[in-house]
Amino acid sequence: MDTTVVKPSAENKRWGGGTEPLKTSYGKMMMWFFITSDALTFAGFLAAYGFSRFKFADSWPIADNVFTHVPFIHGNYPMIFVAFMTFILIMSSVTMVLAVDAGHHKNKAKVTLYMFLTILGGLIFVGSQAYEWSTFIKGTYGAVATNGGNILHVMDGNGNQVALKDFAISQGSDREQHISRSGLWFTSETALPSYTFEEVLAGFKANPELVVRTTYTGEDGHKTMLSRSESLRELETKGKTIVEGANLKHNEYGPPLFANYFFFITGFHGFHVSIGIMLNIIIFFNVLIGTYERRGSYEMVEKVGLYWHFVDLVWVFVFTFFYLV
Amino acid sequence: MATDAHKLEIFRGLVKFKSNTQKIWGVLIFLSIVTAIEVVLGIYKPEILMVEVLGMKALNWIFIILTLVKAYYITWDFMHMRDELPSFRRMIVWTGVFLIAYLMFIILQEGGYIEHVFATGFVKTDF
Repeated sequence: MDTTVVKPSAENKRWGGGTEPLKTSYGKMMMWFFITSDALTFAGFLAAYGFSRFKFADSWPIADNVFTHVPFIHGNYPMIFVAFMTFILIMSSVTMVLAVDAGHHKNKAKVTLYMFLTILGGLIFVGSQAYEWSTFIKGTYGAVATNGGNILHVMDGNGNQVALKDFAISQGSDREQHISRSGLWFTSETALPSYTFEEVLAGFKANPELVVRTTYTGEDGHKTMLSRSESLRELETKGKTIVEGANLKHNEYGPPLFANYFFFITGFHGFHVSIGIMLNIIIFFNVLIGTYERRGSYEMVEKVGLYWHFVDLVWVFVFTFFYLV
Repeated sequence: MATDAHKLEIFRGLVKFKSNTQKIWGVLIFLSIVTAIEVVLGIYKPEILMVEVLGMKALNWIFIILTLVKAYYITWDFMHMRDELPSFRRMIVWTGVFLIAYLMFIILQEGGYIEHVFATGFVKTDF
């Protein structure tokens, strides 16, 4: 028996006996393992996104046409806001690593300050993401969907997209939303678009400068624009419904899958950021009441810091594959 | 970990810092520059970078490489991977790299194949 039973001597107890495998504490190593597995999860999502994008290579929306909003400013500014978000997240990563560094020097005041700034950065980021989601869901211009489910955008002569509300002509339709209270009790439908297809078509015919931009990307990397006569034929033969904004079923920017991935991946990342903010707040208060001061080590700040940096790391990839490539 | 345990060089010793705090700011400046380059390229999309290289636009290769560069510095300097034992570092990094590279290859290959079937087969989506 003596040969098979491990004796509880200090030599055999790895973390408990003063030696650390790979010179890493238990908590830190497990945080790294968690990060590896979480990285694989995000890689799976981004790979799935890449799959669908390769599959619908020619009809996938161009990010510059989709994410063009900046708060409080009207107009078309692609990339600016998301660059700001990226910078905020990198900045909060920096304050986090400064907090870890201050922890190594057992400088409680500095850890407190930097943890506070990190939480602030995280909150600004989540707020920005909420804005991004809300403008994406609301939509700006509206689009015509064809029988096959493709999206047609309406453009003016200068290549600027035109909102449906700016040219649709009322046709006196009295179609109302079917709600179960006033119709068949066992069924209902979602809110109707502000305009019917007939109203948009009538408006399109009345404005000779309007043309259609198809969902297909041409050789030059831009979506194909049709001539006026082609546009009219396209709308009359293929047009069916109106799409405003984006949800899981309809999407005015392109294939519904694009919106699904956007909600799912940025949503899952935003969820990670929210969890990170919560962990940071817990650590912040622990620092304030002196828990780590008494413990003699600020390693907890370091472990949560690893998680926070990981969230930043994931955003770097989301930024590239959703907004740049 | 004491302060002197940090490795204070980046770019293979080209840039050396006096303290860990200084290194953090240095890496921030570097990451900001890389992000700024990405954003500027993303807005202007120079015509010269729109050529196909190895099945993808040169611009997209630049974006992906810059992203990996950023990921490297975040992991190595912000997450202190630079200061860990090489065995531990390899354990974490190579596991991810191998699995993700494999997954990406196999899934994107399949996506491209299905696109080919859609484009050349008898599937009509534009009507």
